[in-house]
Amino acid sequence: MSLLNLQLKVWRQNQGQPGHFQDIQAREIPDHASFLEMMDIVNERLIQDGGDPVAFDHDCREGICGMCSMTINGIAHGPEKATTTCQLHMRKFRDGDTIWVEPFRAKAFPVVKDLMVNRSAFDRIQQAGGFVTVRTGAAPDANSILVGKEVADAAMDAAACIGCGACVASCKNASAMLFVSAKAGQLNSLPQGQPEKDRRTLGMVRQMDKEGFGNCTNQYECEAACPKEISVRWITKLNRDYALAAAKEAFVGVQEHAEGGD
Amino acid sequence: MSLDSKTPSGPMALRWSKHKQDSKLINPKNKRKYTVIVVGSGLAGSSAAATLSELGYKVKCFCFQDSPRRAHSIAAQGGINAAKNYQNDGDSVHRLFYDTVKGGDFRARESNVHRLAEESVNIIDQCAAQGVPFAREYGGGLANRSFGGAQVSRTFYARGQTGQQLLLGAYSALNKEVARGGVEMHTRSEMLEVVVVDGHAKGIITRDLMTGKIEAHAADTVLLCTGGYGNVFYLSTNAMGCNVTATWRAHRKGAYFANPCYTQIHPTCIPVSGDYQSKLTLMSESLRNDGRIWVPKNTKDIGKPAAQIPEADRDYFLERKYPSFGNLAPRDISSRAAKEACDAGLGVGPGGRGVYLDFAEAIGQFGQKTIAERYGNLFEMYEKITGESGYKQPMRIYPAVHYTMGGLWVDYNLMSSLPGLHVLGEANFSDHGANRLGASALMQGLADGYFVIPTTIAPYLVTQTPGSVTTSHREFTKALEDAQGRTNKFLNVKGKRSVDSFHRELGLLVWDKCGMARDKAGLTEALKRIPELREEFWSNVTVPGSSAAANPELEKAGRVADFMEFAELLCHDALDREESCGGHFRSEHQYDDGEAKRDDENYCYAAAWEHTGDLSKPKLNKEQLTFEEVHLSVRSYK
Repeated sequence: MSLLNLQLKVWRQNQGQPGHFQDIQAREIPDHASFLEMMDIVNERLIQDGGDPVAFDHDCREGICGMCSMTINGIAHGPEKATTTCQLHMRKFRDGDTIWVEPFRAKAFPVVKDLMVNRSAFDRIQQAGGFVTVRTGAAPDANSILVGKEVADAAMDAAACIGCGACVASCKNASAMLFVSAKAGQLNSLPQGQPEKDRRTLGMVRQMDKEGFGNCTNQYECEAACPKEISVRWITKLNRDYALAAAKEAFVGVQEHAEGGD
Repeated sequence: MSLDSKTPSGPMALRWSKHKQDSKLINPKNKRKYTVIVVGSGLAGSSAAATLSELGYKVKCFCFQDSPRRAHSIAAQGGINAAKNYQNDGDSVHRLFYDTVKGGDFRARESNVHRLAEESVNIIDQCAAQGVPFAREYGGGLANRSFGGAQVSRTFYARGQTGQQLLLGAYSALNKEVARGGVEMHTRSEMLEVVVVDGHAKGIITRDLMTGKIEAHAADTVLLCTGGYGNVFYLSTNAMGCNVTATWRAHRKGAYFANPCYTQIHPTCIPVSGDYQSKLTLMSESLRNDGRIWVPKNTKDIGKPAAQIPEADRDYFLERKYPSFGNLAPRDISSRAAKEACDAGLGVGPGGRGVYLDFAEAIGQFGQKTIAERYGNLFEMYEKITGESGYKQPMRIYPAVHYTMGGLWVDYNLMSSLPGLHVLGEANFSDHGANRLGASALMQGLADGYFVIPTTIAPYLVTQTPGSVTTSHREFTKALEDAQGRTNKFLNVKGKRSVDSFHRELGLLVWDKCGMARDKAGLTEALKRIPELREEFWSNVTVPGSSAAANPELEKAGRVADFMEFAELLCHDALDREESCGGHFRSEHQYDDGEAKRDDENYCYAAAWEHTGDLSKPKLNKEQLTFEEVHLSVRSYK
């Protein structure tokens, strides 16, 4: 194990106020430490010196809860592929490095403090249709709904999303399309999700727009940054599902109007 | 107060049906008048909140994370048990019930376990209907895998992320109800206190973690679904935010805490690498199917690369001690064996706290490709964390705290000894006894939330006038003042040591004296040391910042202060229980070959501790456990 001396440039901000970068020396950091453990060491020293520790979100520290959310050297979750910030280790850096640490930046993710952002917009998108309406106790025997292995595996690929928001933070438009497409795509591709497919798709996409996320312009930065390697093919599917649902809505709307005439 | 478990009578297999039959009902129009507070949004909390809202109750749900989907249930890997018998291998509700009672080393309540086994099948139906992407066979039916402690294949799974998928299913049900207006969701809200009015839990005090605002919420009943207390050890496989605060504050207000000494130590975790370490990472137990566990036979070989230690100088200690189960011996037994080897100075890696998990033989036999197909993601995770390749050299593993079987005492209706306070999931004590079997935690959380509480909440609510207590009651005013006062107290100590440094010291102490093995001398020492440390905490902790804004250090201070008190009860319980059972191993009570020695004559009870106001003198209440269906016997894995 060796020790690293690093120069950190950390974003500091209080809610509703302008932010700035602060220079912090991170000396003698064990290269076995995770990035968040490095931040723990830095905070411990800030506290000892009577300073203000850096606020950041984190919880499980094993790459599954999706709570950690730092942009490191301009990349959401840092330089290692398919890795959340909590699973990034300091041996990926070199002695003397300067490291820029910022929050996940997006209009729809307002900063709470320093590196903590508010991602409640993701919850509201899911509330707009990211479910199957089934009452507890009203389910048929599980094996009465057959799902082909390939379909189930594909749904699981989409379901692996941890809702961290790295896709939004890495997109120049702050688009949430990868997230929304994974969430809608999981249910839209399963038989259980068919009855509500159109409602779900329209509801989630419209809520996404309302929250202030940008449009997708097919740059695929999201896929590159995604710690769970969700494929942009889900975006294609969502576009298709949306076009269909919107067309049906328009058509049915016209029909209703026609029927309701005389 | 006497402990009435309210267990129904009659034949075991009919008790739950009979209880449902006899249960009071509340008509739909009246349900709307009742408010239910749910604290916690993991499997138990989300499923309970969603289901109670479907039934018509007004629900307020609280979690400290930024979204209910982040609760630590999300990290469960392996799977969920259910007695579906889709494999046609002879499984049944009775078998699952039997395995769970035996696996729990005969310290669970039989009636609760039977109900759990009965509801297991409904959980799978419910989750599949929600669109949880369980693993499937080519024909489209659900797939199963095998897990420890069972001879049938009854574990349902979604890759290595079963907890994540089940939680997202419950979260989607919760979202459905939030959208419908049945659930009011409060994220980034930490519960600081239970409010008791005339002896009944009628609300909670919370702190908004974004603004710092301390708020009061009233309800007709309160459900705690707040998980376990594993983080009392500081290092554990739990998430950083997992805490005992909700259950501990409730305990102080009258809820009995049962069996805190039953803690589960998981054998296959990545060892500690330095004092900066913040948590331990679990690697699936499945690795033990192909990996062989060993340490050097001689201390002179410590520090040498594994490849330079000849076969004859290696001790495959599990294979030697448990020839029939070998490397697949149960969790508690494997963990203790690793500790013994390290205590004897034969541990490997930094600090000597590790044993090898070696795949060389399996790679030689099946090829690296096959091993990578089976465990590739785990090898990757190991390499990310340690920087070493498990293909080129043996992995190093060491046991770590993983789950806590103890929790608040509850009756058959999941109500604690504090009327109106219900406790679900890992936060209660009832179903796993002294040791939990793999793939049973998810089952219990969801059974409690989806299927048990929706029935068992009514008997309490019918005795209450809905909305009879509001936050203008003086108990709420007082509780608000107390919570604000306590918050200010943390900020005003202005000492020299960080909250983390205290938590670390407490954790090391508890791990050392009340971890994998306990004895009277060590526990007595811990009971002397914990109050001293607590006193130092209150005179020398430093919490920067203010209470009127986001302040993670302040949040931690509250949690650690409660761990400081809880740790003492944990040691009292471990000291009182003069026997070894499941996750509780008292060194004084073992057979000649080192196996755990249970004392059914004197300790066949659940220890439900009552807060007396003096932390050094908790009062013991006993619920005698009777075993009518599964006869008491010695667990043997030789």
